[in-house]
Amino acid sequence: MQWETVIGLEVHVQLATASKLFSSARNQFGDTPNSNACAIDLGFPGTLPVVNKEAVRMAAKLGLALNAEVAPISHFDRKNYFYPDLPKGYQVTQAERPIFSGGIVEFEVNGVENQIKLHHAHLEEDAGKSIHGITPGFSGIDLNRAGTPLLEIVTEPDFRTAEQASAFLKKLHTLVQYLEISDGNMAEGSLRCDANVSVRPVGQKEFGTRTEIKNLNSFRFIEQAIEYEVARHIHVLESGGQLVQETRLYDPDKNETRSMRSKEDANDYRYFPEPDLLPVIVEQALIDELKATMPELDNQKKKRYVNELGLSDYDASLLTTDVAIAHYFEAVLATAGNDQAKAAANWIQTELLGGLKKRELKLSKNPDETPVKPVQLANLIKQINEDVISNKIGKGIFDTLMDSPREEDNAVDLIIDEKGLRQNSNTDELKGFVDEVINANQNQVEAYLAAPVEKRQKMTGFFIGQLMKKTQGKANPKVLNQLLAEKLQSLEG
Amino acid sequence: MSTQTPILEMSLTELVDGIHQGNLQADVVSQTYIDQALAAKENNSFLCYSDTADLAKASLEHKEKPLAGLPIAHKDLFCTQALPTTCGSKMLAGFMSPFDADIVESTADAGAVLLGKTNMDEFAMGSASENPHFGPVLNPWNHGYVAGGSSGGSAAAVAARMTPLATASDTGGSIRQPAAFCGVTGFKPTYGSISRWGMVAYASSFDQAGPIAKTALDCSYYFDIVNRPDEKDTTCYSAARKATYPALQAISENADNALKFDQLTIGYLPTWLAHEGLDAGVRESFEKTKAEFEAKGAKFVALELPSLHYALAAYYILAPAEASSNLSRFDGVRFGHQCENPQSLEDLYKRSRQEGFGFEVKRRILTGTFVLSEGFFDAYYKQAQKIRRLIKNDFDKAFKQVDLILTPTTPTTAFPLGSAQRDPVEIYLQDVFTIPANLAGLPAISFPSAPAKGMPVGMQFMGQCFDDEKVLAATHLYQTITDWHKASPLAQTSEA
Repeated sequence: MQWETVIGLEVHVQLATASKLFSSARNQFGDTPNSNACAIDLGFPGTLPVVNKEAVRMAAKLGLALNAEVAPISHFDRKNYFYPDLPKGYQVTQAERPIFSGGIVEFEVNGVENQIKLHHAHLEEDAGKSIHGITPGFSGIDLNRAGTPLLEIVTEPDFRTAEQASAFLKKLHTLVQYLEISDGNMAEGSLRCDANVSVRPVGQKEFGTRTEIKNLNSFRFIEQAIEYEVARHIHVLESGGQLVQETRLYDPDKNETRSMRSKEDANDYRYFPEPDLLPVIVEQALIDELKATMPELDNQKKKRYVNELGLSDYDASLLTTDVAIAHYFEAVLATAGNDQAKAAANWIQTELLGGLKKRELKLSKNPDETPVKPVQLANLIKQINEDVISNKIGKGIFDTLMDSPREEDNAVDLIIDEKGLRQNSNTDELKGFVDEVINANQNQVEAYLAAPVEKRQKMTGFFIGQLMKKTQGKANPKVLNQLLAEKLQSLEG
Repeated sequence: MSTQTPILEMSLTELVDGIHQGNLQADVVSQTYIDQALAAKENNSFLCYSDTADLAKASLEHKEKPLAGLPIAHKDLFCTQALPTTCGSKMLAGFMSPFDADIVESTADAGAVLLGKTNMDEFAMGSASENPHFGPVLNPWNHGYVAGGSSGGSAAAVAARMTPLATASDTGGSIRQPAAFCGVTGFKPTYGSISRWGMVAYASSFDQAGPIAKTALDCSYYFDIVNRPDEKDTTCYSAARKATYPALQAISENADNALKFDQLTIGYLPTWLAHEGLDAGVRESFEKTKAEFEAKGAKFVALELPSLHYALAAYYILAPAEASSNLSRFDGVRFGHQCENPQSLEDLYKRSRQEGFGFEVKRRILTGTFVLSEGFFDAYYKQAQKIRRLIKNDFDKAFKQVDLILTPTTPTTAFPLGSAQRDPVEIYLQDVFTIPANLAGLPAISFPSAPAKGMPVGMQFMGQCFDDEKVLAATHLYQTITDWHKASPLAQTSEA
């Protein structure tokens, strides 16, 4: 039988607000446990929540970017259940009237344009974290995460492949960073996702029994987990078994999903409107303001890079997928000029990103916090273009800056002077070096002259190498090549 | 007012005026109340006292402030850093809050000294203040009777002259019913007036803090001090407040612009007066009050508010629903009672809550959990919410016709100790006249009227939302022509 896969996603985006959704405690990952939890987060008697306006703003911003309908009035509900990391005994969420409904996410998979419809997105507070295994017989609770603002984005069951699902998540990852509403750090849980998976015979309209896979926090895991789960569904059905609607957990070490709880074990959450909060009002003025200040998004940037800067589709994609790269790129062009777009793109892709990766560094959101500042790279490109240094020396300078960054905008010039890296284009001096090398290596000269023309090109490498050694790499390679060619020519029969 | 009035029988505003004008010494006044608070201890209206040794001296430092160093008591559900906040529950025995309630802060800023925390029904759930953990509050008029609830400790403390004013909270009548039982004046402002920050929640959409004092004038004076916007409570309305006290002062001074009896159109509810549970003595007291108003020229209009028939049922769905959720935080994990040697997480939850909560609290948590559960939510919670809206609509209509609605506060006078355990529904009926104001968020007051069989009776005024001034002014007007509010259980004791 031919099976069709049906997938829907619930993506949790942790909003990058300064404080929590309902308290003024810092919204910060990685601090000392319970240092960012105030009386409100601890659910102390007599405390009350106050909605963080910035979180509402951020949610509305994403809604507008996705052409969703931002609700003029939404409200919070309580989801009641007991758990030690849920201090109040209920989670404040939006069950009935979410912050936005509808919306479409567009993205490419292998060059094919995809569109996924959103059902809605709602604001809610995160729970704390239980930490096991510190003291035998006890569990620790860290409430730093309790009350952190989350935006849960629920898609329609529009996905048909695991690859689509992960591409969608990548697209969302890009978008939240462009909109500056989340750091998108998946390892720290800023973007995580549950997948609802079912299969049905091709042509069947009704959905099959679905299972929900919880807490997928990497692009790779989401793809692997869904693929595993689809295969499991098909296997169960084809061997005459029945699927159970349940929640499952993905184990990346074993690459398998395991049953967590069945539908029957599910809590009755006793949702009801949160009586401590008034409805959330989004005024038209805020909508207008958000629309007016909407940043240029990845799709628009990519188009502009291709049309106005003449970059290839590939280069443009690479530069725009991560907003930090795009910002860096644009900062380089701001000094170097748009005609250096291709050179800047090359430097960023090979030297910058490669160099960061080698050093296990991440590209900072602020381009000026990069080890090689954009203005420095722009200057480096200029010096190469003007033959002040060779490309090779340029890469050396780039590496030097990567290892020991410098504040000065003209750091490249300073390094050239300090290390005396200025390229030697003095024809007379270089002629002397060529003569010396030719004289000192008569065997190679003879071999060269005896060799067929097609092999000679490769053999000149030896002489260039010797010359570079003699000049500490500072000889202008163009001039040097020219002089060497002339010299060898003159030795011909 | 005569200068011969003993300090204990003077109203809060008289005491403040006396201190401000130099006729009374703040420390003497303070010490007089402290002595009485300790002398009347056996009525169990206090759960704890401040260290009383230094209070009178502290009062002197605040004599120029609005509350002039007067010793004031807070109901034990208002968070205080200085004293434990127990909500009358073993669950919170000894609990020290890391912050002060907004009302506690504004009271202290206005120059009151904290006398102590008053007893109450556990988590404000009840109408008798027969606290299962800390014992019952005894009615100062007769120690064989209850003080009412849930703010029984606050009402009894004011009635027994242990404090000139005590704070209280009202979710379904918890300020007004004990005020009626104890013969004092209790004011529940419009919902959203005084901040709920630091007031431990019973039912968030109903809870409203307010004062219990000897007179409406006292309530007005204090209300203006603590009624302020608060960014920490978004259900506390943000608009600037208009002081109520000048309108009452105008009445005292018989000013031209003062509210007059003949300007009042008062509604009353014949169906309530025909209520089968209504005590004859209470009905008589109502008729007498109505006659007192009419004699001075107030007009009375009979009203029919059909939706009120469902008020009690709607309340006992919605309030427990919110309570079941609000009280989930008491799980034995971070604060409050924790059972010994829990064997598992579930055991920790079960035993901590089983041991920490009393019977009535458990009953309401279970009721609330039930009405919110899947399959019952629509039939109970949603229907009750609709009734709530209908009641608000009915009141809106009524207040186009009348300024205020006058009713008895309670169907009966205080009942004997121990009788509350009999039948919960009968006790819930105690709130039948007070609950509608909470469902609609209205300001309402209970003030003493003619007693019945030697026990105090309270009348209730309800007003339209934000008409707090009118509710207080009309009551003050009444108290300028009657002396029911001056009756004191101390006088009764000395006579006996």
